[in-house]
Amino acid sequence: MVELALPKNSRVQKGRHHPAPAGAKKVKTFKVYRYDPEQPGNPRWDTYDIDVEACGPMVLDVLIHIKNNVDPTLAFRRSCREGVCGSCAMNIGGRNTLACTHGHEEIPGKECQIAPLPSMPVVKDLVPDLTMFYAQYASIEPWLHTKTPEPQQEWRQSPEDREKLDGLYECILCACCTTSCPSYWWNGEKYLGPATLLHAYRWLIDSRDEATGERLDALEDPFKLYRCHTIMNCAQVCPKGLNPAKAIAEVKKMLVDRVI
Amino acid sequence: MSTEFRTPLSRARGLGSAKHGAAHWIAERVSALALIPLVLWAVFGVIRLARADYDTAVAWLASPLNAVLMILLILVAFWHMQTGVRVIIEDYIHKMLTKSVLLVANLFIVTLAGALAIFSILKVALGGAL
Repeated sequence: MVELALPKNSRVQKGRHHPAPAGAKKVKTFKVYRYDPEQPGNPRWDTYDIDVEACGPMVLDVLIHIKNNVDPTLAFRRSCREGVCGSCAMNIGGRNTLACTHGHEEIPGKECQIAPLPSMPVVKDLVPDLTMFYAQYASIEPWLHTKTPEPQQEWRQSPEDREKLDGLYECILCACCTTSCPSYWWNGEKYLGPATLLHAYRWLIDSRDEATGERLDALEDPFKLYRCHTIMNCAQVCPKGLNPAKAIAEVKKMLVDRVI
Repeated sequence: MSTEFRTPLSRARGLGSAKHGAAHWIAERVSALALIPLVLWAVFGVIRLARADYDTAVAWLASPLNAVLMILLILVAFWHMQTGVRVIIEDYIHKMLTKSVLLVANLFIVTLAGALAIFSILKVALGGAL
């Protein structure tokens, strides 16, 4: 059964408050989800009053500022700081996005809430456990499948066929879409989720791939594919501006195409 | 089932693909499409009968075209409802036993209600209601 409330040991309690330093010019409050598996007790909301004039424009700059100057115990993932690696995906102001490309000015109001990606187990603070997400991606075998012997040089593809991969290959697997999907929240063990299905479509329409039928067989399932009810959260949150819902609709169309 | 010692890939692959679902998806859409004219016709027909007396209403439903369209409306609407409720149950109920019981109950209740409605239409159409 769907759980509408968090289990008792996951309910987030009020945490510590870190006031702004004296002489702060422009203060904004950041309410950050904290959880340490090595400490007893529930997760908590810590609040940090930050002088945003003292840090860079992005939410990631604020988090790095907190870690460097206020609270070194804060854990979060980050790497490229330019929206390419997908490491710093988190829930900012109630919306999944990348901390490195989301400006703190974009969040209205005096307070900004930062939480890990929804529905995933939390490793620590803002670090979610994405093991299942990656395993689901691996389950669609995201590489070229061919029966024809390897050509001497490359597998050839027309510019038109190459264009079909636009809007798909740009996905950085940050998991913003998948963890924003209510269908994935309820059936995350069986439903593959928008990111994995977008990649599935990327291989389905690759003109060089020779396993389209087998790929469609593996997807035609009431849970793996058809849990998508076109809720569209995926397209709303994608920090790369992609549309996984459309890719899923195209997969459904391919499945119709082969029976009529 | 303990998931402790299973690899993530084994969990993600699960029981594999059921290799069906497309037919269900098409049927949902085709029945929705069929319901548009049928419901419009039924609403229009019922509004026209609003001021009529019992005998006029019976005569209307007893005409072959109206009786057949009404039976089709019941068949398609109840079947569409059954598939829709089935999706909702699959979405939200995860315990195997509860899910199975609800899916069967959904099928039985819809079949019973639909059969009663169709029998009633036939009774009127074949002159049993006068």
